Amino acid sequence: MAVDRDTVIRVARLARIKVPEGDLDTLAGELSNIMGWVEQLAEVDTDGVDPMTSVADMKLRWRADEVTDGGIRDRVTANASDPRDGMFSVPKVIE
Amino acid sequence: MTTPTDFTIAEARDALDSGAVSARELAEAHIAAMDAARNLNAFITETPDRALADADASDARRAKGEALGALDGIPLAIKDLFCTEGVMTTAASHILEGFVPPYESTVSGNLQAAGSVMLGKTNLDEFAMGSSNETSYFGNVENPWRRDGDNRPLVPGGSSGGAAAAVSGRLCLGATGTDTGGSIRQPAAFCGIVGMKPTYGRCSRWGVVAFASSLDQAGPMTRSVRDSAILLGGMAGFDPKDSTSADMALPDFEAAIDGGVKGLRVGIPAEYAVEGMNPEIAALWDQGKAWLKDAGAELVDISLPHTKYALPAYYIIAPAEASSNLARYDGVRYGQREEGSDLTELYENTRAAGFGIEVRRRILIGTYVLSAGYYDAYYLKAQKVRALIARDFTQAYEKCDVILTPTTPGPAFAAGEKSDDPIAMYLNDVLTVPASLAGLPAISVPAGLSGEGLPLGLHLIGKAFDEETMFRAAQALENAARFDARPAKR
Repeated sequence: MAVDRDTVIRVARLARIKVPEGDLDTLAGELSNIMGWVEQLAEVDTDGVDPMTSVADMKLRWRADEVTDGGIRDRVTANASDPRDGMFSVPKVIE
Repeated sequence: MTTPTDFTIAEARDALDSGAVSARELAEAHIAAMDAARNLNAFITETPDRALADADASDARRAKGEALGALDGIPLAIKDLFCTEGVMTTAASHILEGFVPPYESTVSGNLQAAGSVMLGKTNLDEFAMGSSNETSYFGNVENPWRRDGDNRPLVPGGSSGGAAAAVSGRLCLGATGTDTGGSIRQPAAFCGIVGMKPTYGRCSRWGVVAFASSLDQAGPMTRSVRDSAILLGGMAGFDPKDSTSADMALPDFEAAIDGGVKGLRVGIPAEYAVEGMNPEIAALWDQGKAWLKDAGAELVDISLPHTKYALPAYYIIAPAEASSNLARYDGVRYGQREEGSDLTELYENTRAAGFGIEVRRRILIGTYVLSAGYYDAYYLKAQKVRALIARDFTQAYEKCDVILTPTTPGPAFAAGEKSDDPIAMYLNDVLTVPASLAGLPAISVPAGLSGEGLPLGLHLIGKAFDEETMFRAAQALENAARFDARPAKR
């Protein structure tokens, strides 16, 4: 399936990646090639096949819902680019 | 005495035990080798001070008769995808440049607890997305091997290219890698070393920078099958912090390797003999069959009918999971940040500047196949095909115990040779991806040289949680191949 310019714009917006105007056509071409290549999966008869949801044959474990960690605020924010007063900071989102 | 950088892990263990060498001497020899081989660009971060401190602690334990086991004092390199407390961890991406984890991944923590010595963090393809180590923000890694009479640099494979180059170039005795579609086995084949991906769930994924969570698995990269078994024993084990970690007892992998292959049924899948297969690879495969047969194994023809659909299914599933996993890089909580006039623009600018071209391409594909209206046609379809691929293996294992194939479609290629065509690059993983989709253990063993003098690997795929049988067959291949060629640059 061909991926057009508008689709690249829409997908890039969903992925929160800015794509410069000049790159849109190249990307549309590359993504079209890749999607055209994966299209061959349509040949496979998958009627009645359950999708794989677990790689190893095992049940996920349950655990008690309890606090096991905490009190490490400064370590949590240590790698933030602009931490302020022990908090992460972002541009103003509420007027 | 053998030069310390030429030891296998097993030989170094014996030399440490007998007192012929100290952990400090081992560490110093490897630090000097790393200094001399910086042109390979195998490491993103070197940690010589840490290595010497680890080595001194090991020697002190041994002096008191308290050595911890096979890995105590062994100098190792850690792929820069494992978070290491207090040591920068980048995943070879600009977006994580400067990130210093406040915690240790379970696998690297296990190796630390076993007394090993950390030499540094190895280079890789950005977020482990690549098959040639050409997508790293920190530059290409060079393969220590050269074609005969040709000094052009070759790629080491990827994504664990730095680890493979470091092991092959004698910069460490072993290294950790991670494998999502072949990222341990393909570079191991390209660099003439042993690369092993355990069963999904054997090694904890906790603290490993995530690429595709249902496929990612850590494993050892070494210069012998025995070393592979030893290092896996140090890395693996149940971890309650990883919900997909297997709660099973660990076998003694090293004890298993010498069991021999008498009576072992080795499956030869018809579908891997693809049309246009490189004749050298076909000949190597035939040689591998003959070796195992001579060692007493029985060859069995098997069929894995959905093999040709594995790669396209992988290139839906892996990017889909990557697009979800990499959503966390927002420029707010950690990593690089590019300002914007509002929050959305901050995200968009940060991610455009922080991710390289291949990572952006895969995130866009993943976002596309998961987006409204396409999910069923692509992602769900791919997961159904994946179930069929796994079923192929289950049915094949009714007739055989282990499967033999080549590791790669060809030997290492020159830098730049395939980087313009994403699909040509993806085809590198055509022989390794099926086992990844099915979560099965697999190993690449160096088995011969191409006409141009480059290493080639044979690939064994085992049953789930039966690494031991796979190791037995791998040891038989190693015994028969007697691969002792050395890279030109070391």
